Formats: sequence, structure tokens, C-alpha cells
Amino acid sequence: MNKMLDVIPALPVADWIENLMDFLTENFANLFTFLQKAGQNSMDAFTNLLMLIPPIIFILLVAVIAFFATKKKFGLAAFVIIGLIFIYNQQLWEQLMSTVTLVVFASIIAIIIGIPIGILMSKSTIAENIIKPILDFMQTMPGFVYLIPAVAFFGIGMVPGVFASVIFALPPTVRFTNLGIRQVPKELVEAADSYGSTGWQKLIKLELPLAKSTIMAGINQTVLLSLSMVVIASMIGAPGLGRDVLSALQRAQVGNGFVAGISLVIFAIIIDRLTQSLNKKKY
Amino acid sequence: MEKIKVEHVTKVFGKNIGSALKLVEQKKSKTEILNQTGATIGVYDATFTVNEGEIFVIMGLSGSGKSTLIRLLNRLIDPTSGNIYIDGQNISKVNKHELRKIRREKMSMVFQNFGLFPHRTILQNTEYGLEVRGVPKEERRLKAEKALDNAGLLPYKDQYPSQLSGGMQQRVGLARALANDPDILLMDEAFSALDPLIRKEMQDELLDLQQRVKKTIVFITHDLNEALRIGDRIALMKDGQIIQIGTGEEILTNPANDYVRSFTEDVDRSKVLTVENAMIRPVTINVEVDGPKVALQLMREEKVSVALAIDKQRNFKGYITASDALAASKRGEMSLKEIIRTDMQTVPPDMLIQDVLGIISDSPTPIAVVKEGKLLGVLIRGVVIETLSSSNGNGGGNNE
Repeated sequence: MNKMLDVIPALPVADWIENLMDFLTENFANLFTFLQKAGQNSMDAFTNLLMLIPPIIFILLVAVIAFFATKKKFGLAAFVIIGLIFIYNQQLWEQLMSTVTLVVFASIIAIIIGIPIGILMSKSTIAENIIKPILDFMQTMPGFVYLIPAVAFFGIGMVPGVFASVIFALPPTVRFTNLGIRQVPKELVEAADSYGSTGWQKLIKLELPLAKSTIMAGINQTVLLSLSMVVIASMIGAPGLGRDVLSALQRAQVGNGFVAGISLVIFAIIIDRLTQSLNKKKY
Repeated sequence: MEKIKVEHVTKVFGKNIGSALKLVEQKKSKTEILNQTGATIGVYDATFTVNEGEIFVIMGLSGSGKSTLIRLLNRLIDPTSGNIYIDGQNISKVNKHELRKIRREKMSMVFQNFGLFPHRTILQNTEYGLEVRGVPKEERRLKAEKALDNAGLLPYKDQYPSQLSGGMQQRVGLARALANDPDILLMDEAFSALDPLIRKEMQDELLDLQQRVKKTIVFITHDLNEALRIGDRIALMKDGQIIQIGTGEEILTNPANDYVRSFTEDVDRSKVLTVENAMIRPVTINVEVDGPKVALQLMREEKVSVALAIDKQRNFKGYITASDALAASKRGEMSLKEIIRTDMQTVPPDMLIQDVLGIISDSPTPIAVVKEGKLLGVLIRGVVIETLSSSNGNGGGNNE
């Protein structure tokens, strides 16, 4: 039986992809170099800026934001203070700041790309049918695989880390934007149309405001996914807390591994709760 | 004057539109067509006109295509074939830009579930139409506040729709439509989601409003009582086709077919039938010519105890009772003029039967139907009740 299957010679799919990558790296070398340089510089600047803020001020600032974002409840604010002091205490402050930079850049880029794609998807069923399988592909492909083209395009460091994170973290924002806009009640869309709204007016005045909480749920997912990818990206030289986890793994240091891991968990909980609390209804 | 003209408009949803249209011509039912072609008939071959300043009601059960039809008028749904003219302009042919202009300036829509934007305040909702038109902020705020003030809703302007009751929300929906000052109001089951008391109140308000602003209103409903109450003319729809168009009176008294008849059977007839439908031919006596003996003879012949007194021009004078006529005759009088009684109630022919019921039950005599002094007929309690209970609408006998 296997003979029948062997009639088809092994397809050089891997070679094809390699060739495509070679083609891209050779022909767009300038673009990639530019992006690498610009990205690296702006991220360095951002990290340095964060490092300029004295940790105590930084901690208090985040605690105050948490306090007001959670409708003046003390829970999250207290957690922020204790958690961040713990990270500082474990000498992981600089790594935390690098991780913050990576997550902020990856999330913002993913949101900037993701929301318009989501809007496009919601407006056109053809676009939805094309984009949906691509999103499925992006989400099910193991995150590590994205590290390879990232290195090919951008070498090692922060920029390839952000590149891989954006690809990995993009889908929820796109999906939830699409869903949120499609969920706007038909009668309201008809009302907007019947008063002669243009497509833009309808989007800005009705659909995006009503889809906001759904989109925010997607953004929350994107932020958390980009954090998880940022950790993996330490394998290609992205700095941050992930690098400590990785080096602990390589040297079998259970204690150090857990300390860095717990720091990541603290950070994850803070950004999760903060992004969720931005998502309140006022009506 | 014609405001809206709809000519042979058809809307088919789904695929196989051509074969579905052929089946419609063969008079196949909606379900048959759906089973054979997979296409759904929304509206088939609708033709009607709506006059300026008229309340035109489109009425039918759910699935009859009435909601599709109203959406064809502002092209929220594009027709498959046919033409729709607004002020002579064929809106089924206009481009997107012109269509937006028409929607912004000529027609506003009111929705069954109010269609208010939950994230906007009442004021922001009311000024929406003006906002998308690009009216400056100050001006649109003033106009919106005025529209809210007319509806008595100004104190609520900074609240959100979810904070208001259903009736108030729909008043906002109406205020939003009116803030635009359109010529045409499209009302899609606008009062159907409201409870009966509020609904009646809103119907009254709409009629009051219509007295003042004289818009052209197309009103969709599934409730015949509502249609009869507010409609100047009514179009009845079934399976996407318009079955009958006419005034409420015409539809009730001359149902086009059994379907319409079955529809009209459960109507509270007292609310739509007028005195004219229930009055009967009176036994009259000309008091300028006839004397007591003729009167007695006539009453004996007609088997009545009362005759209505008129003059040569058929002007209503009062009535003569048999016993008075007998007494006068015994006294040897030649004229009836001395014994005319004038305490008989009169009503105009276009009065609703509903409103007559109170008068008739209090009155010891029949009631005269009089128009401009002339006697048209007479109302007798038994016949009025018979008219109300009759199923074919012609009950009440000979209308003169």
C-alpha cells in the first residue's frame, strides 16, 4: 500500500519556504535593516526612559493608576505595590523594564494592525472568509516557528522578538473587532443608515463605540499573548524576564527559574487586571 | 398630491430569483416557492401611491412583507425590480450620494424597538440625523432640544436610553425623526413593542402631531385596530402581495376576499363603523301637508308608534307619536303642527357608532340622523346592535 503513496516523490516544501525566505531577506534587506535599526533605537530609548524613573515612583504611579482604574478599590493597588517591590527586591527590575518595553511595543503594533483588519473583516464576508483561515494558521502554528524568520529578517535582539510576538498575538484583536462590529444590533445599523450616515460615520459614531467592550476583551488577550511570546523570544536574544527563565533552564537552577517565573506572573496579573478594568460600561 | 409612488416593486431574497419570479406569476404560494427554488419572496408586484399629508398604513401579519416594503422606500433594502418615486425622483435609480441626501433630508424612520443608540444620551440621539448632515453643533443642539421639548422630554436629555421607559424611548425615537424635519416619516411597527395603554396614548399623540405638522406618514402595523385608528388609507398585505388598498371603512365593508374578511372579523366594529352604516330608513310624515288621520294610517301600515316629522325640503322638524295623533284626530284638528315633539336626539352621519352607544341607551326615542338640517335616517337600538355583531359589514339594512 505504501508503494502507492510513494508514487509522489517527496515534495521539497521546506526548500520552497527557505527559498522564499532567502528571496525576502535579499530583496528587502534595506527595509529590514531600517526596521531593525529604528525599532531597536526606539525600544532602547523607551527602556532607558523607564529606567530613568526611580522604581519607588514607578511603583506608586502604577498603584495609583490601579486604584482609580478599579473604582477606588485597594485590592489591585496593594497587589501592585507588594508584587513590584518583590520584583525589585529580587534584582529583576531592569529585566522587568525590558519586558514592559517589549510587551508595550508588541501590543501596540498588534492593535494598530489588528483593529483595521478586524473592521475590514466585519464589513466584507469575502475578506472574512480569506482572513479567518490565516488567523487559525497563525494561532495554531507553534510560537517557536516564528522565531526562525524573525532571526532571518532582523538578526537577534528586541526587534525580532517583537516581530514574532506581533504575529503570535495579533489574532484575538482581529477576531474580537470583527465579532464586536458584527454584533451591533441590526436595527441600530438600520437606524444609522436610515438617517443617511456614511460608512465612516456609522463606524465611528455607532459601531466602534458599541463594539468597544468586545474589542477591549480582544486587546486584553493580545497583551497577554504578547507577554507569553516575549518570554519565548528570549531564545533569540530578546532581553527581559524571559532571559532569566531561559538561563535558569539551561543551568538547571530551579530557584532562579521560579523567581523569574513568579515575577512574570505578577506582571501578567497586573496588566491583565488593568486592561480589563479599562473595559467598563458607562451606560 | 402624490408624495410616494411605488410601481410594480418586487423583492426576492436568495438565489434563483428568476425562477422564483416565474413561480409567483403561476400563483404558487410562498412556501412552495421556497421549497422549489430556495428563494424567499419579500414583496411581489407592489403598486400604490401615498399622498402628501396622508397617513398610509401598511398592514399584515408577520412574514407578509410589510417590513421589507417599508425598507424598500428608503432603500435599506434594494428592490429586485420595479420603481419607487419620491417627489417624482426615482430613488431605485439614484447613486449612493444622492440616496444619502434623500435619507438625510426627506425621510426619517422610527423603529419597532426604538433603534436608539445606547451609548448616546437622549439629546445626542435626537441630534444624530442633524449631526451626520453636518449641521453646526449649536444649531443642531437647539433643534434637538426643541424636538425634545415638543415631546415633553427635555428634562431627560442627559440620560441614556436604558434609563427611560419604552413609551418614553419611542417618544425619543419620534423626536429624533422630527428633529430632522423630514417630509416623510417611515414608522416600522413603531408602537407594537409598547403596552396597550401607552400604545393608545402614542396613537393619539401621533394624530395630534399630524394635525400640526402634516407630514406624509407610512406606518407599518400588524394590528388592524391600530391601522383603522390612525390610517387615512390602509394597504393589506399577504405573502408579499398587496391584497387591498382603501380607507378603513372600505376594507371593513367590502373586504376584497376571504383573507381580508377573516382579518377584519375580530375588529371591534364599534370603533370603525359610523352612524351611516347602522341607520335605517325612517317613517316620515310631511307636516306641511299631512294631518293626523294620514299620520295614523301611515303608522298603522308601517307598524310603528312614532313617525318623524319633516317639511317639503326634508328638513327635520321633530316627531309625532301615534297616541298624540289619535288624540288630535279625535279633537278634529287638521294639522300636525301642534303635536310635533322636538325632544329627539340628533346625530351627524359620520359619527362613530362607539360614540353613539351612550346616547342611544339613554334615549327613550330613536335617534335622528341629520346632516345640515336634512333628515337622512334613523337609529334604532336593535339595529345598531345588530350592525355591530354582523359579520359582513352591510348589516343594518337599507342605507339611504
